[in-house]
Amino acid sequence: MSIKIKNLYKNYKRFEAVKNLNFEIKKGSITGLLGPNGCGKTTTIGMILGLIRPTKGEVLINNKDIEIEKNRISVLEKMNFISPYVELPKKLSVKENLIVYGKMYEVKNLQNRINTLSNDLNLENFLNKKTGELSSGQKNRVSLAKSLINNPEILLLDEPTASLDPDTGDYVRSYIENYAKKNNTTILLASHNMSEVERLCENIMMMKQGKIIDEGTCEELIFKHGRVNLEETFLKLVRE
Amino acid sequence: MKLRRMYALSIRHLYLIRGSFPRILDLIYWPTIQIILWGFISKFFTMYSDYYNNTVGVILSCAILYDFLFRSSISFNMLFLEEIWSRNFTNLFVAPLKLSEIITALTFTALVRTLIGIVPAVLLMSPLFGVSIINLGAPLFLLFLSLYMFGTTLGILVTSGLLRFGPSFENTAWSSLFLLAPLGCVYYPLSILPEWLQYISNLLPLVYVFEEARSILINNSVNYDNIINALLLNLIYFSLSVIIFYFSFYGARKKGTLVNMGE
Repeated sequence: MSIKIKNLYKNYKRFEAVKNLNFEIKKGSITGLLGPNGCGKTTTIGMILGLIRPTKGEVLINNKDIEIEKNRISVLEKMNFISPYVELPKKLSVKENLIVYGKMYEVKNLQNRINTLSNDLNLENFLNKKTGELSSGQKNRVSLAKSLINNPEILLLDEPTASLDPDTGDYVRSYIENYAKKNNTTILLASHNMSEVERLCENIMMMKQGKIIDEGTCEELIFKHGRVNLEETFLKLVRE
Repeated sequence: MKLRRMYALSIRHLYLIRGSFPRILDLIYWPTIQIILWGFISKFFTMYSDYYNNTVGVILSCAILYDFLFRSSISFNMLFLEEIWSRNFTNLFVAPLKLSEIITALTFTALVRTLIGIVPAVLLMSPLFGVSIINLGAPLFLLFLSLYMFGTTLGILVTSGLLRFGPSFENTAWSSLFLLAPLGCVYYPLSILPEWLQYISNLLPLVYVFEEARSILINNSVNYDNIINALLLNLIYFSLSVIIFYFSFYGARKKGTLVNMGE
């Protein structure tokens, strides 16, 4: 599945959160969305997920306009999302949470899917534990399992490794990398972790004040702005 | 004990009250509603002290019916609030759930939640007070259905407010039903209200439900007009509430409140 954004605007009263965004993310590619806090990344992801209604413009998923309710539901069946700001019910066990979401996404052979994800993400030891009793690293892996429960063709990742220790962060990054390659998943990754973006993303879009101010591969951006790494390139672009 | 430190703690809360009009309104709301409700109850008992003679259990039966209404509405709201409190809200709205599926699922789950709470209370009535709500006979089912529909309608309306305005609308979830207690004529007949208030009360299905419950228990007669009126009004309000819920959802999408609700 591909994501196509055409002339996208979002205004909150007089504040222009997103201004004339145009981009396309091809099927099976991983694209990074970088920018300082408040630059419009979350609003953009919200519009792609159908949570926010654009003021103007179109979000096309596989050429389907998600503003049409029927399209929105059929597209959401094949998408999923993870964010550190969104959690799973704390009083439900990990397994119960995965069953709930598996059923919402109408996953076939749900038990097998849960077993596979538990095995891949090392959830077996706390599958029957309440989600609220887990460490942040464990919670993150459970959220990742939820985001993969429907074997999504499009995965939207909003700071997927925020607040994780380097070891768990690395584990999650490796898992996402391998998963995307194996399943040809289209991924949009919003992150402040430059090394994560450098490692995972084939293409990077830099956002500032609601606009995309530059895009390209990591190497192209670093070379174009005469910097030595992505972090310095990012700092140059946002401070200009 | 340092006065300045105690003062600091006090002004922390005073700032909160000063900065929020809904909080001030909330502080005024509860005593006002209590005064109005108990004012009408007192007036009723002063004027008609022999009204409930030889009809033990009328007040208790009405209390149970009102609690059923209260529980159905609060259950619906609670199911929605739980998602906000657990920060799971966004996950639900990025799942392929239609709004009609959300409303239907919450409506039925709220019924289960309500029954878990109300059945033990109903069972306790008989051994403790020698009163059984079953005395209402077959119409009891229709009265419960009416109250459940109205409770769900209120639940959907409050949920629409939560969707549209975010968690700050939470207080309304708790207070909406208490506003209806005095107007709904739960413990006294409609005639006790001033005439102008009776016009408003007549628009509430509650009035017909409780008038009918009293009529059955006191006069042993069933007036199906009351039951039909209540059900028809419920049908109208329920349909309106569903429309409002859809509008609120689209309003929330426009305003962006579906993202990170509960933050």
